[in-house]
Amino acid sequence: MSLADNTPAPRGLSGSMGKLAKLRHAREFNVLIALVIMGGAISLFTPYFLTVDNLMGVSRAFSLTAIMAIGMVMVIITGGIDLSVGSAMGLAGLVTALCFDAGFGQTTAVAAGLAVGAVFGLVNGMLITAIGLPPFIATLGTLSIGRGLMYMITHGVPLTPSTPDSFALLGQGYVVPVPLPVVILLVLMVVFSLIMIHTRFGRHIYATGGNENAARLSGVKTQRVKLAVYMLSSLISSLAGVIAFSRYLSAEPASGFGSELDVIAAAAIGGASLSGGIGSVTGAVMGAALIGEIANGVVLLNINTYAQQAITGGVILIAVSLDVLRNRLKGGR
Amino acid sequence: MTPFLQMTGISKTFPGVKALDGVTLELQAGEVHVLAGENGAGKSTLMKIMTGVLQADPGGSIRIEGREVDIRDPVHARALGISIIYQELSVVNNLTVAENIFLAREPRNAFGLLDRPRMVAEARRALAELEVDIDPGARVGTLSIGQRQLVEIARAISYRSRLIIMDEPTASLSHHEAQVLMKLVRKLAAQGIGIVYISHKLEEIFEIADRISVLRDGRSVGTHPAAEMNRDRLVREMVNRDFGALFGTHVSHATDEVLLSVRNLSEKRPGSRGTRVRDISFDLRRGEILGFFGLVGAGRTEVMEMIFGNRPATGEIRIAGRPVRIANPSDAIAEGLGFVTENRQELGLVLGMTVRENFSLTHLADYCSLDVVSRPRETAACVDYIRALGIKTPSPEQKVLNLSGGNQQKVVIAKWVARKPRILIVDEPTRGIDIGAKAEVHALLNRLASEGISIIVVSSDLPEVLAISDRVIVLKEGRISGELARDAATQERVMLAATG
Repeated sequence: MSLADNTPAPRGLSGSMGKLAKLRHAREFNVLIALVIMGGAISLFTPYFLTVDNLMGVSRAFSLTAIMAIGMVMVIITGGIDLSVGSAMGLAGLVTALCFDAGFGQTTAVAAGLAVGAVFGLVNGMLITAIGLPPFIATLGTLSIGRGLMYMITHGVPLTPSTPDSFALLGQGYVVPVPLPVVILLVLMVVFSLIMIHTRFGRHIYATGGNENAARLSGVKTQRVKLAVYMLSSLISSLAGVIAFSRYLSAEPASGFGSELDVIAAAAIGGASLSGGIGSVTGAVMGAALIGEIANGVVLLNINTYAQQAITGGVILIAVSLDVLRNRLKGGR
Repeated sequence: MTPFLQMTGISKTFPGVKALDGVTLELQAGEVHVLAGENGAGKSTLMKIMTGVLQADPGGSIRIEGREVDIRDPVHARALGISIIYQELSVVNNLTVAENIFLAREPRNAFGLLDRPRMVAEARRALAELEVDIDPGARVGTLSIGQRQLVEIARAISYRSRLIIMDEPTASLSHHEAQVLMKLVRKLAAQGIGIVYISHKLEEIFEIADRISVLRDGRSVGTHPAAEMNRDRLVREMVNRDFGALFGTHVSHATDEVLLSVRNLSEKRPGSRGTRVRDISFDLRRGEILGFFGLVGAGRTEVMEMIFGNRPATGEIRIAGRPVRIANPSDAIAEGLGFVTENRQELGLVLGMTVRENFSLTHLADYCSLDVVSRPRETAACVDYIRALGIKTPSPEQKVLNLSGGNQQKVVIAKWVARKPRILIVDEPTRGIDIGAKAEVHALLNRLASEGISIIVVSSDLPEVLAISDRVIVLKEGRISGELARDAATQERVMLAATG
């Protein structure tokens, strides 16, 4: 059954609300345990792992993936997928850079970057809802278009305009000792978690992915919900793009290239089901953290960096397989 | 002469239900044997036993040409010469006719590769045997429903079947296609193949049957040569049962005030399959329970989907005298309509969500301020309805997929009743739930009507329609073929209007 049930049926009336609320977060809890075990294992080999400096550095490194995973997991919960996040991110950074290059102020530049996200989201959303393209195809198309535009604009050469110092704070600043991008990540995580759990919009996202027909027949405007999540995903990705540009102050033609895979992996590790209806924002962020931790461990332990990708792949397969097996063992129907 | 198939004392028990109780059935080679009975009489269970999909309870016996057999599974059934053609066709639309006929037993050449020429040639031969003009190379998806059915029959024949079971084969065929099929059935019988033919259409039954067996409530009522039967007797054998006792007496709450008025409702795009629904006009009064009856494929659900904005339609709908435009379910809900859908698992519920979440999905805004859901208010309302409707669930946080069918159905009803609709459409409200839950659902619908809600009940369960409706509208082939007041609506009359 595609609607995998990750909480056991309460036996009798003892299945009180508090207990259930905890069980519901079982998947996030699993990822958390994996994070701790992996961290413990790495620090056995190098004490440097568990220093504030290193942990903050790691957090900053995975923060952009995690930010994008927040948008992605909402798309995935509706039963869709957004492959264009890397292109939206890259193009947003590039457009921000172009604005600075043309002499615009930072408000305009950032707004222009975010506008790129809005356009991506609108195009994805319309292709999927108005025309009815499968999300995989629609966003595969916009991924290519975005990437192509980036190479056309830059001719493959990074763009490094002069920017005001205040702009660089966005990607380089700290709320001591926490890097600003990590602060932004935490704020987004809290806000979108609350939206997903406590608002009607959030409920409609879960219902759309859980059973689109039933949701529509219950009065949920499923097309509008889908349009909204693709808009959010692209907007969040473009914000990540602006932050990335602020961090390096150089708009690389390949910025964000391939990042959609890490972002999807983060959501999947965090317990999102690609068939929709299941997943959480916190899970996705922790999934990104786990991927970031692996990357860091590989560097610290002097493992061949090429092995990093292979290890990440292994972790995805193990994490999701354990989930599937756990559900199967539980029986259900 | 030894019958080809002889089933005696066949019983089948499901948890809580005895679907078949000592059924006896005898089939001669070369006869067309009609199996008649209402929905739920046990016809499909019996077919599943014949084809090895289900195993009968111990104690009965199945003999083929006098030899006792134990039909283990569908492949074994096929090896014994028994094939079935289901109501829902089991052809693969994007393969060709020949590929479908030889699916999973494709002829191979000396190199182990697909022997396409031989496959096409043999398919052509099978089709020629049926005297049907279908290109073996055509993709099945491009064929009409009737032609697809013929492809299935060709497949059954190519298995060298001795017995072919046909489950309502003409349900979704046009009149002409049905005639072609019936002629073919006679021809197969003449070649010595036994046919078990299941149909609700009385006309058709008498046109084709050599013998008729009737099942009722899981028991054999009897087998008669068709020549000794007539319509009235057949209908009486099918439907005779005591219903009043369990379901109490009916009290009408209908007023004179017309709440919903539908005029000339027609499907906008002719569907590629099934009957095109057209010219549907009727009125629904406040507090009235209006029954919609029709056979499979008559267009009952389609009409309701059109009213509810889930299927494109032309025509006029007025609610309380005001013309309304309903383009999608949200519009319909805003106008005060509710729709308890036919298929609760596919259309009624989000199975992975809890009782509470499913319950509130139709009216979540009631518990929201600024889009933020108040969980305590939502839970309190849900608990009220769980009590009021007697939904058996350990808690509102139980996932609906863990509930029984009857309780799932009550959740679907609860989520609509809580929305406080003016008009509630219920499509097959009691399908697949036991008789006790059925009586509870009926009582609930009556109570809602007494509160002034207008209700449309769609059901293929004729006694159910008659038991709870103030008035019955009968559909046949996409049109209204009869309208009967409660006093005039007897089973025989409704059945005649539906099949006539």
